[in-house]
Amino acid sequence: MSTEQIEGSLGVAKAVSLCKPGVVCAYPISPQTHIVENLGKFVKSGALKHCEYLNVESEFAAMSVAIGSSAGGVRTYTATASQGLLFMAEAVYSASGLGLPIVMTVASRAIGGPINIWNDHSDSLSQRDSGWLQLFCESNQDAVDTHIMAFKIAEKVGLPVMVCMDGFVLTHAFERLNLPSQEQVDAFLPKYEPREFLTPKEPISIGSMVGPEAFTEVRLLQQRKMLSSLQVIEDVTKEYREITGQHSGGLLDCYNCENADLKLIILGSSVGTAKDEIDRLKAQGINVGLISLKAYRPFPYAALKAAVGNSSQVVCVERAFSFGARGIICPEVKRALEGTSTKVCTALAGLGGRAIYGSTINGIVKHALDGKFKDEFTWFDIDTKVLNSYTRNALGITFPEGPIAESELEATLLRA
Amino acid sequence: MLQVRLHGRGGQGAVTTAEMLSLAAFLEGRFAQAFPSFGSERTGAPVVAYARIDEKNEIRTHEPIQAPDVVLVQDRTLLAVVDVFSGIHPSGYAIINTTEKPEDVVPELCKQLPPGHVLTVPATDFAVQAMKMNKPGAPMLASLAAATDILKLESVQQSFQTRYPGKVGDANAEAAALAYNFLKEAIKGGK
Repeated sequence: MSTEQIEGSLGVAKAVSLCKPGVVCAYPISPQTHIVENLGKFVKSGALKHCEYLNVESEFAAMSVAIGSSAGGVRTYTATASQGLLFMAEAVYSASGLGLPIVMTVASRAIGGPINIWNDHSDSLSQRDSGWLQLFCESNQDAVDTHIMAFKIAEKVGLPVMVCMDGFVLTHAFERLNLPSQEQVDAFLPKYEPREFLTPKEPISIGSMVGPEAFTEVRLLQQRKMLSSLQVIEDVTKEYREITGQHSGGLLDCYNCENADLKLIILGSSVGTAKDEIDRLKAQGINVGLISLKAYRPFPYAALKAAVGNSSQVVCVERAFSFGARGIICPEVKRALEGTSTKVCTALAGLGGRAIYGSTINGIVKHALDGKFKDEFTWFDIDTKVLNSYTRNALGITFPEGPIAESELEATLLRA
Repeated sequence: MLQVRLHGRGGQGAVTTAEMLSLAAFLEGRFAQAFPSFGSERTGAPVVAYARIDEKNEIRTHEPIQAPDVVLVQDRTLLAVVDVFSGIHPSGYAIINTTEKPEDVVPELCKQLPPGHVLTVPATDFAVQAMKMNKPGAPMLASLAAATDILKLESVQQSFQTRYPGKVGDANAEAAALAYNFLKEAIKGGK
């Protein structure tokens, strides 16, 4: 174990390097670029040996190369973000369909248009149904550890893993990181031994066409693998924690959840900010629990139900939503809590890099305790001045100060 | 927890300065965090970076700093463009890179903060003297070390020498020493 004060991206590059990938393919896009830049340096300097580093011409090529090398039986890593993830989407689905244990960082960033380079979760969550595991990181330490666990999880399950870390907020933050030693990682993550792989010595073909006679069954078996990953994530997390003494990974993590009647569910880097605010609220006699949701795919319905317990209210703080629908996390939470009387809603905040402050969390808690979340979906951190500066003249309507519930937005259609 | 906000212009190394501040604190055995205010980086455009230091606890928050204990202004021309002292703590510190005196540059702030908490240092002059470049980060951090007990000069020097081994790191260390001695003299002289 070594302790260093380094950028999150460098920490992740070091973690990936400790896993000894045989191929790293990279196409730069902010905010993930520093990760693959550092890996390129490691390969060039010889710090990362027996690794082919490929500069490719696009994200689509990056995932295509990753598919080729992983199918060839080689531990493979790549990274992307935002539009880059969308550009590789076709191949993203192929990778999971082929059951290839590729590990990919998504340095989460908003999707345009309008173009926006800052952090939210619209890119990673857009690949919800891609058949990849999606593991979210709440800190750079969590990111370092989750990447190392991701290779083991991917290879045990036989599916690719996306490690989602907040772009800029984590990737560009300089923090104290504990990196496991090469010996520790070697003991934890054995050499990759694929069950079957492409080799000219014994030619086989993989990924051939499957027609209506078996496509459903192929999908069912893919889902079976995905379901098996819940236990694998828990087992691998337990093993990693025992070896390193870190407290990273897992399906979810609870903070101050005992006897908390109100719980927040948060993914990513706002978890730390929320923990500090929860401590401040506790000092004022307000008890709020926090569930840091680590695994979004597979979705840990049972673990989440247990974590929520008999709380009467849960607010999902979401950094992406579905146009024409509502939140993306909230419906999953509702499924997990079906048959209970817990009220679940979404506070949409932090889109396109709008910072989530402790005060934002405080506002969400007070809103919830005052019973003000009247709809399932609320635009929480709206800048009313910015909004009204347009709508006043263009639409002839204005919004009152503060959060906007979905029904209030709908009501403006009648006023216009 | 101590919170520092750094204001500079693209190309002056404000982001690196924040990182070196965190590294210096780390070298002294403390917990630290640094991060930039992300934007489309362009040379000359206003840049903001942040740093936090905690004596003994892991830093969990990732929110930008709205109420800084210390504000470092790497470029005097920002004073007219950006509200650099927004939210500064009533007993906080402000250090500005200029050859002028604090009361001539920011008279209002001098009245607002305790005596001796607003300081000016010709950081660019020291940077140019030692390394022939307008990279005032090391002298600015050395000024912070001179004005407060937050950091040791040696840690500031060591952070730059760790990041830039060889000539560049040594030149930064030299610029840091010039600023440190300047400000220690200035403080002794009651200026």
